[in-house]
Amino acid sequence: MSVGTPLPHDAAILHVTGAAHYVDDVPVPEGTLSLAFGISSMAHGRITGMELGEVRAAAGTVAVLTASDLPFANDVSPSVHDEPLLADGKVHYLGQPLFLVAADTHLAARKAARLGKIGYEELPAILSIDDALAAGSRFEEGPRVYLKGDVEAALAAAEHVVEGSIEIGAQEHFYLEGHAALALPQDSGDMIVHCSSQHPSEIQHKVADALGVPMHAVQVVVRRMGGGFGGKESQANAVAVACAVAARATGRPCKMRYDRDDDFMITGKRHDFRIDYLAGFDDSGRLAVVDFTQYCRCGWAQDLSLPVADRAMLHADNAYRLPTARITSHRLKTNTQSATAFRGFGGPQGMVGIERVIDHVAHQLGMDPLDVRRINFYAAANKASSGNGTPARNPAEGTPQTTPYHMPVEDFVLHDMVEELEETSDYHARRAAIAEWNSANSVLKKGIALTPVKFGISFTLTHLNQAGALVHVYHDGSIHMNHGGTEMGQGLFQKVAQVAASSFCVPLECVKVTATDTGKVPNTSATAASSGSDINGMAVKAACDQIRERMSAHLAETRQIKPQDVNFRAGRVQAGADEMSFAEAARECYEGRVSLSATGFYQTPRIQWDRIRGKGRPFYYFAYGAAVSEIVLDTLTGENRILRTDILHDAGSSLNPAIDIGQIEGGYVQGAGWLTMEELVWDSNGRLLTHAPSTYKIPACSDRPDVFNVSLWSKGRNAAETIHRSKAVGEPPLMLGISALFALSDAVASCGSAYPALGAPATPERLLNAVNRVRTP
Amino acid sequence: MREIAFLLNGEPVELCDVPVTRTLLDWLREDRGLTGTKEGCNEGDCGACTVMVSDGSGTRTLNSCILFLPQLHGKAVRTVEGVSGPDGSLHPVQQAMVRHHGSQCGFCTPGFVVSMACAHKNGMHDFDVQLAGNLCRCTGYAPIVRAAEDAASEPVPDWIAEDGTLPAAFATASDGGVSGIAPESADELAALYVAHPDAVLVAGATDVGLAVTKALQEPERFLFLGGIQDLNAIDVGPKAVRIGAMATLSEIGDAIADLHPSLGELIRRFGSVQVRNAATIGGNIANGSPVGDLPPALIALGARLHLRRGNDRRDLPLEDFFLDYGVQDRAPGEFVEAVSFPRQTDRLRCYKLSKRFDQDISAVCGCFSIRVRNGRVNEARVAFGGMAAIPTRARHVENALSGQEWSETAIRAARDAWGQDFTPLTDLRASTAYRLDSARNMLTRAFLDDQGTDTNVLEVAP
Repeated sequence: MSVGTPLPHDAAILHVTGAAHYVDDVPVPEGTLSLAFGISSMAHGRITGMELGEVRAAAGTVAVLTASDLPFANDVSPSVHDEPLLADGKVHYLGQPLFLVAADTHLAARKAARLGKIGYEELPAILSIDDALAAGSRFEEGPRVYLKGDVEAALAAAEHVVEGSIEIGAQEHFYLEGHAALALPQDSGDMIVHCSSQHPSEIQHKVADALGVPMHAVQVVVRRMGGGFGGKESQANAVAVACAVAARATGRPCKMRYDRDDDFMITGKRHDFRIDYLAGFDDSGRLAVVDFTQYCRCGWAQDLSLPVADRAMLHADNAYRLPTARITSHRLKTNTQSATAFRGFGGPQGMVGIERVIDHVAHQLGMDPLDVRRINFYAAANKASSGNGTPARNPAEGTPQTTPYHMPVEDFVLHDMVEELEETSDYHARRAAIAEWNSANSVLKKGIALTPVKFGISFTLTHLNQAGALVHVYHDGSIHMNHGGTEMGQGLFQKVAQVAASSFCVPLECVKVTATDTGKVPNTSATAASSGSDINGMAVKAACDQIRERMSAHLAETRQIKPQDVNFRAGRVQAGADEMSFAEAARECYEGRVSLSATGFYQTPRIQWDRIRGKGRPFYYFAYGAAVSEIVLDTLTGENRILRTDILHDAGSSLNPAIDIGQIEGGYVQGAGWLTMEELVWDSNGRLLTHAPSTYKIPACSDRPDVFNVSLWSKGRNAAETIHRSKAVGEPPLMLGISALFALSDAVASCGSAYPALGAPATPERLLNAVNRVRTP
Repeated sequence: MREIAFLLNGEPVELCDVPVTRTLLDWLREDRGLTGTKEGCNEGDCGACTVMVSDGSGTRTLNSCILFLPQLHGKAVRTVEGVSGPDGSLHPVQQAMVRHHGSQCGFCTPGFVVSMACAHKNGMHDFDVQLAGNLCRCTGYAPIVRAAEDAASEPVPDWIAEDGTLPAAFATASDGGVSGIAPESADELAALYVAHPDAVLVAGATDVGLAVTKALQEPERFLFLGGIQDLNAIDVGPKAVRIGAMATLSEIGDAIADLHPSLGELIRRFGSVQVRNAATIGGNIANGSPVGDLPPALIALGARLHLRRGNDRRDLPLEDFFLDYGVQDRAPGEFVEAVSFPRQTDRLRCYKLSKRFDQDISAVCGCFSIRVRNGRVNEARVAFGGMAAIPTRARHVENALSGQEWSETAIRAARDAWGQDFTPLTDLRASTAYRLDSARNMLTRAFLDDQGTDTNVLEVAP
């Protein structure tokens, strides 16, 4: 059984030898043109003129396109058609594509793209959250509010109240492979597009609209991405559509890749947030009520900001039962890059909000924050019910415990997990040792924090929770498979191949997964929301099961036995008295004129959600994890380092423990990077100043924890009926990085008596300021 | 005829009439179809384009995205495609990367594999340092380091070992190559540069490379200095240390670490291995950056700069070379020949402050050489990068300390002097207030270091 085996990534050998092809590595036909965008140098303005003579005259330029040259849809928005491929009359952010150059080479296109002379009439730019609030610049008519209980009454009745605010910075995806696409014009006006996208079906749709053709005239192929992290869910549209329209205009194949600086300047990032909070609690640290106001900076276009902001609201409770809660969410429109999906999709920001509340409450009460966390945990899952319909009850209420959006929490396992992690990480002894160490060290201070993660799994836009697959068994016994998911490094292809191999009980080498292709599996959802292996694995299994049933029926019929007496085992098939290899069985079925090809389909059950009222069951289940981080801080400069991290994560019954551990290690470091060193800085004109790895610092090798213990929870088994009872693992581990932020807060707190109120990213500068703050009585 | 000859994965390559600013990366990918080497940032900060380059002095990693073809003349280049054996067998580091799940999306992997193979060949096991110039966004690095550790004891494969010995006939086959733009001696450079004072000098190209790949500049004339044989000596004499302008940061780090360990540590954090293997001390000084890390350290050591124009030579205190932002005391056609500083009892303390420890540009770089006699400061040399438009001595601070008891009292008393010395900018790296605060605190750190107090988070064990 290959499911559950820690096999390497399916392309590991191609990766290490440099043989793996990414879009820019695909050999192209002679005459292929390279593209580059000319981009806006102003954050908000009316275009009064575009003088492109020098661009057209530049060496190597073949064509220059502006909005008026686009014969059909000038739109690359994934949501509300508010995002022109090329600016049409107005510019809305500094970096917005204005015109498109097609040239003989990548370098020639880049050079020509800088020669445009653009006239602007400047308009006031709305850049910050406060700017947007003052101007009433927002998406949707007003804030969204989720409400549970009477907030004012609960606050009035609370023994203690804390109030505060936290700024949470944005994050650049920094996928190592920047955006890239290649469009190959076909006869009869069709277009084949190779691109680095998490959402081939959307690319197909946007390209079709841009070319004025039905979707059947566009085929989109994605073999692999050099990282996605959400940054290629919608942001790949522009590159692909640009290639397609330029290919149509010139009749030549067109390819485009953003230079890294352009990628930073043009594409969206994680939303930055400010979260204000007011919380009531008792002497034991038990929360009675929390009132959150989330301000979310969405940038200039709507993109995916509404569901991102929704998910921030949906994770404002994290692992804690809030008897009364109000979550108010402002989705603010600013003249900056359009913020977009990023691993966690708003969930991390919402979670940082409640973890800040817990940390603040603990500080006010002089308690270990872990004790405050635990006392506020949801009640443990009723083991007998295992998440199938009988929610754990809160003893005090006698009613099912629910989230602030009224979803019962039925599968809560963090009590057991945290208890185990406390022991394996030696949390309490280390906490005591740190206190002692800190009293002996005047300059350097250590800090420690254990933070949990409860992350909801499903797309909150319910109809996206579907997946398709196409499986062929050839008569030599080899199996060829496609599914709607895309491979961005997360090991999805290997996991679903393991599912298929297990379905037929054949060795993994029999199974091949080829590039994601809209011509093979239609109408797919983005590979996002951690859903990849859950939904595509199920679709693949459904297809495999059909073929296996047909094979069993045929082999049974020809031997006059029952289909259930046909057994697939270890690469062989037993049919009554006959025993044969899987290949022989396939050959026999083929000769018996049995269809050995099937499509599979899956829709996630049990979910229904009203995003306006904030009520329902948006998630099929929750994924859980917990991390302990220990850091050391220099109180003279704010420099700091993660010394040790211990993680216990629930991947259910893991499809591939090695891949899952990889997601957890990488997710943690990416999350810790977001909250510590990764800082995006815009100037007062809306120009992004941190637009390359020289200025924007993701964690480097030595920034990983010195000691890094990562385990899958051995008792993990999904209570929900997922593929082999596994759990989604793409996004949840990112939020384990929150422990690093609160370990830093813990170290700062040791410097004085005031609450650190540490914002993110906790750069050395923010840390030194916080140290100075707590030292000032 | 400009001929460039080098070995590529063991096979000779000769190029004629290529544009001198053609980068190795673009040439590999676009002209040779060797697409294993990746473009991640096109500025030498991510390492996805890492290649191995060997010559008589050894094998080192370089970023091919900011490496111009003329710089390769006479060398042996090995890309990820050449890390595997000619028969396709995997190098031990490649096997270990597969075994330890060291790749996820795989895009950074070729660069890592090359860095790992180079460290493996050179017997280097300090992987946090060796891999600091390779960014990975997927794995969190842990499995990559596990792979590197696991492969460390495996023997170096034959096909990797042989690059160290380039056929002598081949290296000189094209008779100097790139004639007219690649001088082979300081004298030749001096003459050429006087004749073409507008030429851009290319030493390691870690800065000039970006002018081409990012600013898209097209200077008329370049002079490639990599072939100059007599500008890279590091002479540690009884009275003075003299470092030739073309000495790389890697070479300086090796030569200086014992004399001035704090400078050795500063250099360890300067750029990355790939950058230090290319970048030179001459370049770091001559480009006049306000945040170059060597000048403050050298100024604190009392360094003098040796300049040459034609046959005229002069020298001056290093701090006097920097006049204003982007302006140095350097005449057209004049170039940096060397830097020297007196041999001295080590009192140097260098503190580099940045958002990330490795491969980050300093927000503030503070260097202190404070000599104490009988408990009193008898000489203070304090110099900073990142605090002004040029690397600058903190003369008011120095004066405030001189003659005072070396104590926290004196440091407090010097508090106002900082504002007289510096009015730093707020920029993407730090604010004015933080720069001033942390600079002041660095003096406290220098004092506490002297007292034996632990002040370095990098030295704290878990």
